[in-house]
Amino acid sequence: MDFQYAPAPESRSVVDIRSSYGLFINGAFVDGRGESFKSVNPATEEALADIAAASAEDVDAAVRAARHAFDTVWGPMPGRERAKYLFRIARIIQERARELAVLESLDNGKPIRESRDVDVPLVAAHFFYYAGWADKLPYAGFGPDPKPLGVAAQVIPWNFPLLMLAWKIAPALAAGNTVVLKPAETTPLTALLFAEICQQAELPPGVVNIITGAGDTGRLLVEHAGVDKVAFTGSTEVGRAIARAAAGTRKRLTLELGGKAANIVFDDAALDQAVEGVVNGIFFNQGHVCCAGSRLLLQESVAEEFLESLKRRMASLRVGDPLDKNTDVGAINSSAQLARIRQLSQIGEDEGAERWSAPCELPSRGYWFAPTIFTGVTQAHRIAREEIFGPVLSVLTFRTPDEAVEKANNTPYGLSAGIWTEKGSRILHIADKLRAGVVWANTFNKFDPTSPFGGYKESGYGREGGRHGLEAYLEH
Amino acid sequence: MSTESPARLAVRKTYKLYIGGAFPRSESGRSYQVHSASGAFLANAALGSRKDARDAVKAARAAVGKWSGATAYNRGQVLYRVAEVLEGRHEQFVSEVKAAEGGSRKEAAAQVDAAIDRWVWYAGWSDKIAQIHGGANPVAGPYFNLSAPEPTGVVAVVAPAGSSLLGLVSVIAPAIVTGNTVVVVASTDKPLPAISLTEVLATSDLPGGVVNVLTGKVAEIAPWLASHLDVNAIDLTGVTDDTLAKDLEVAAAENLKRVIRPADPDWNADPGVSRMLALLEIKTVWHPKGV
Repeated sequence: MDFQYAPAPESRSVVDIRSSYGLFINGAFVDGRGESFKSVNPATEEALADIAAASAEDVDAAVRAARHAFDTVWGPMPGRERAKYLFRIARIIQERARELAVLESLDNGKPIRESRDVDVPLVAAHFFYYAGWADKLPYAGFGPDPKPLGVAAQVIPWNFPLLMLAWKIAPALAAGNTVVLKPAETTPLTALLFAEICQQAELPPGVVNIITGAGDTGRLLVEHAGVDKVAFTGSTEVGRAIARAAAGTRKRLTLELGGKAANIVFDDAALDQAVEGVVNGIFFNQGHVCCAGSRLLLQESVAEEFLESLKRRMASLRVGDPLDKNTDVGAINSSAQLARIRQLSQIGEDEGAERWSAPCELPSRGYWFAPTIFTGVTQAHRIAREEIFGPVLSVLTFRTPDEAVEKANNTPYGLSAGIWTEKGSRILHIADKLRAGVVWANTFNKFDPTSPFGGYKESGYGREGGRHGLEAYLEH
Repeated sequence: MSTESPARLAVRKTYKLYIGGAFPRSESGRSYQVHSASGAFLANAALGSRKDARDAVKAARAAVGKWSGATAYNRGQVLYRVAEVLEGRHEQFVSEVKAAEGGSRKEAAAQVDAAIDRWVWYAGWSDKIAQIHGGANPVAGPYFNLSAPEPTGVVAVVAPAGSSLLGLVSVIAPAIVTGNTVVVVASTDKPLPAISLTEVLATSDLPGGVVNVLTGKVAEIAPWLASHLDVNAIDLTGVTDDTLAKDLEVAAAENLKRVIRPADPDWNADPGVSRMLALLEIKTVWHPKGV
């Protein structure tokens, strides 16, 4: 039977997008001195707005505004007062949640179901959580009188634009730092709406500065001599360059970088649940997730049965309009990312892996990639080693638990991993052996402000979220 | 012919490296002269090479599984045993520290006392650090969620240049108490207490390879450790040259090593927990609740 869904679009009229946006420096929007660029809706290729690009002078102005706010207002302010500003921000995010969700889906291409039910609620929760820490820092376990670092330079990626902003700004402000944040070039709009939220909350000028631009602007920001702390989420390649640039400066550094997570399914797993988990693990957010379960490790005895169920489930995924409430998989964020996904998928085929894509009709305009799996993948294949950052799953098999652990750990990354088995002692044993910062057992891609997130090895250092997330912003 | 026997000639010790629980000479066959604070010749120490550094990393990596897999109770007892054995050799270390650092015998004794006490202090942390630095997280959903610290792995340590025993112990103990293994580059000018300390470690039930000690030139050995892809973290405490420190940090970025570079530590102060935390990874495990 063929089930048809009527279109169920979320109204985009809840959000007003201005034709152009400036930089948010010292509490006001100002013109950028760089060459402006356009932010594009990846589902339609339509330009959404003109975005200012920050020049070296603009970056300098933003850092000076942050320093001044740190020295005169935010640094000296009692924690209980800082807390109330953060609670205010959390509340305004809740009040304007739908507006933020629609804007996020327009600018990023992710399904409204995810921006509305995952991203934006987590953003509000994150500010709410860290608000409560602002006046309780001596209880955080980093000494009796922990001090803020000063000005934090923060550079975030395009996959969870507003959520990554929250992960960066909430703990920094709670700890008493001021920030200059640069959103990704392709997804600046929710950060700019957040700047308006700071104005509504009457956050003192200069405490939060948002500057837009491409990689050059980011480099100017993290290399600016006036910042005390650099926090970056993005690719391992750029993270490495930032670590090199910060060498010898004594700037504090936290990096949340790439991943190639193993999702391990044992033969005694609840297979239907595991199929759901594997689908969520790789196709959530179009696979634009650093902790995505992009390597599926199947125990040989159930591999065939599992793959059949997985393909059946993938065939029912609805790919298309991000603003449609029934959409499961939205648009690829940019043409550049689409090109990379296509290139690595082609390499997968060329190297001899077998490709299968869900039979789905893709819209004619915009950037799209059908949910895809590769079977017959070996550890030497590039699609088993490199982060694809798209809806592409590489399937490997194993016979024994030891082999599963060895394969799972055979990567320079170490961000996350998944375990599917009904045997509790096995979960705990395997979780101990996996070199990864987050281990999801019989679930995947769960996030919470109280739960620290971050990687081992080349997935970066430092943790975001939870009590541990404060450490990155405190002198101790 | 005189019947009086001549004054007895002392038996000197050959100072060698400590790698994988054994005491090899440098593979390079080289040595260098070590002098006391007052300039007197003390001994020839091994002049460690790139190959020695690589051998030491291999030994340290091989030891990670067993040492990090040991119970925290066991690691605590081993560290306490180090303190016991060191106490028994108190006088020897007072002489060596005095020779290396100068000053009075009383001052050297205070350094040795503090070094022994530091082992005791860290020994007690082995089964507590996970309790103060980990725990359950109250996530908003039906999930068990637990964060626990784990050792980061192999740590390269450039030991303090000046504090030949207390400083050395203060950088080794916080790294290994949590299950890391270390490759230490001892103070170039004051390496002898470090080599004598390895004799204590070798007789304290510390598995071979958990602590490896190289002597020689920091500027020659440290770059190989900083760029080694099987090293997880590097402690630059003993690097006094800012240009070298920067170069080492750049090299360390290749595989994103965790880097420790404190500004001029006071070894007599309360160490706090920051050194232990800097060499730990937090792992968070989620599981759904349900019937």
